[in-house]
Amino acid sequence: MPQVTYIEHSGTEHRIELEAGKSVMQGAIDNGIPGIDADCGGECACATCHVYVDEAWLAKCGTAGEQEASMLSFAATAEPNSRLSCQITMSPELDGLVVRMPEAQH
Amino acid sequence: MSQEEAGIVIAGAGHAGGSAAAFLRQYGWKGPITLVGEEPLLPYQRPPLSKAWLKREATADNLALRPERFYTQQRIATRLGMRVTAIDRDARRLALADGTSLPYDRLILATGASPRRLGLPGETLRGVLALRSAADADALAAVLAPGHRIAIIGGGYIGLEVAASARALGASAVVIEREARVLARVAGHALSAFLESRHRAEGVELLLEAAVEAIEGEAGAATAVRLIDGRRIPCDAVLVGIGAVPNDALAVACGLEAGGGITVDLAARTSDPLIHAIGDCTRRPLPLYGREARLESVPNAIEQAKQAAADICGRPAPIPEVPWFWSDQYDLRLQIAGLAFDPAEAILRGEPESGSFAVFHLAADQRVLAVEAVNAPAEFMAGRILVSKQRQVAPHLLRDAAMPLKDLAI
Repeated sequence: MPQVTYIEHSGTEHRIELEAGKSVMQGAIDNGIPGIDADCGGECACATCHVYVDEAWLAKCGTAGEQEASMLSFAATAEPNSRLSCQITMSPELDGLVVRMPEAQH
Repeated sequence: MSQEEAGIVIAGAGHAGGSAAAFLRQYGWKGPITLVGEEPLLPYQRPPLSKAWLKREATADNLALRPERFYTQQRIATRLGMRVTAIDRDARRLALADGTSLPYDRLILATGASPRRLGLPGETLRGVLALRSAADADALAAVLAPGHRIAIIGGGYIGLEVAASARALGASAVVIEREARVLARVAGHALSAFLESRHRAEGVELLLEAAVEAIEGEAGAATAVRLIDGRRIPCDAVLVGIGAVPNDALAVACGLEAGGGITVDLAARTSDPLIHAIGDCTRRPLPLYGREARLESVPNAIEQAKQAAADICGRPAPIPEVPWFWSDQYDLRLQIAGLAFDPAEAILRGEPESGSFAVFHLAADQRVLAVEAVNAPAEFMAGRILVSKQRQVAPHLLRDAAMPLKDLAI
């Protein structure tokens, strides 16, 4: 199964297996990984599952949709490699993906 | 002190209760956690029940907040299909419906809310439904079929979302609202008018200022809604969506302070230091608005779950969040941040005819109280920031769509 590594703002790393088709947000929630709130449950409505995608994986994750980009442009801690993790779907190509969490989601 | 550590018991396994269990582990609570839920299901998301679940676009797996293995891995014990019947605060025990009892060291009440009842003749007929649980949604899905007509009593979010889903499923829908506009309690006039026009364009029949007298039936099943003006609305089923009442009876019975919800502070503490309460069952302070209210929303459930878990684990209280809500109807995404208490002015940004616009509600001193955004995520995000900063903004700057919101908000 493809693996994802989540790195908390504090530096703590969590490596999990995430079935293809599930979102990177769901992987964090299902495994109790701190730092992703996901208030809206993956509807791209809240911007509380913000992550920074490791540069090496940025292109493979695709680009943010219009709604996602709009929401991210107002996130206080947004960077060029920011994504909403509910909009990144796991696939075999993303095996090894590394994402980092911002200090806070609100 | 008992020999065995009783740990934390969470009464209520909805979004609030399930989130509290997860946050307690994230924040380092090592002791036992027991999640007691009246429904037979592990914590699941209720928002899709009126939308994706009704339209059969979601599976039980999608609905679940977390998979079953999460609870095993995190050592969260579950007692599902089990109702708590009483709280004995002196003995620190919960009485359960099967006659047994459960000890606790700390208790978190996450008992939720129940659909408000109509209190009119015919309410107990077959085919008169409410929508709160997955079981309710399954009963509703069974009647939303082409050729069927559903009468929806109440033009609130539940009623409008179900009307939109009914149309998507080919059923007819008539919404019966007592007030002069839909969402009268929770939205501004512009948003109400926009949604009314959209629902009518989708073929939903909207009856405003229409008061129900009774539900009529034949052979025990609902067949029509009768209004006090004598009109009769024939239908195959009735959905009652007229709000919710907090499930605070257990708390009241054991003497906790309550009134329109269990009274809590910003650490989700009740009047008993060993008992927290979170989610729809609480009445909570709203520091941005200097008042208290009961909020029925997933973001509120999660925020209060964090407050309770942080307090129990000795972490600093989380920074208060701006209350927010969302709703999906047809291809419309509504996002609302803040609460428009005593608004002095409503500023429209964008054109409702374009299908994308926002309404900013300002207090008399031009502080931004709330924003209602329709297919306008940037306006929603900007509004959320403006509300949290209690920023005063001149109306013409908000109204001017050429004025970048980033300059106003950040």
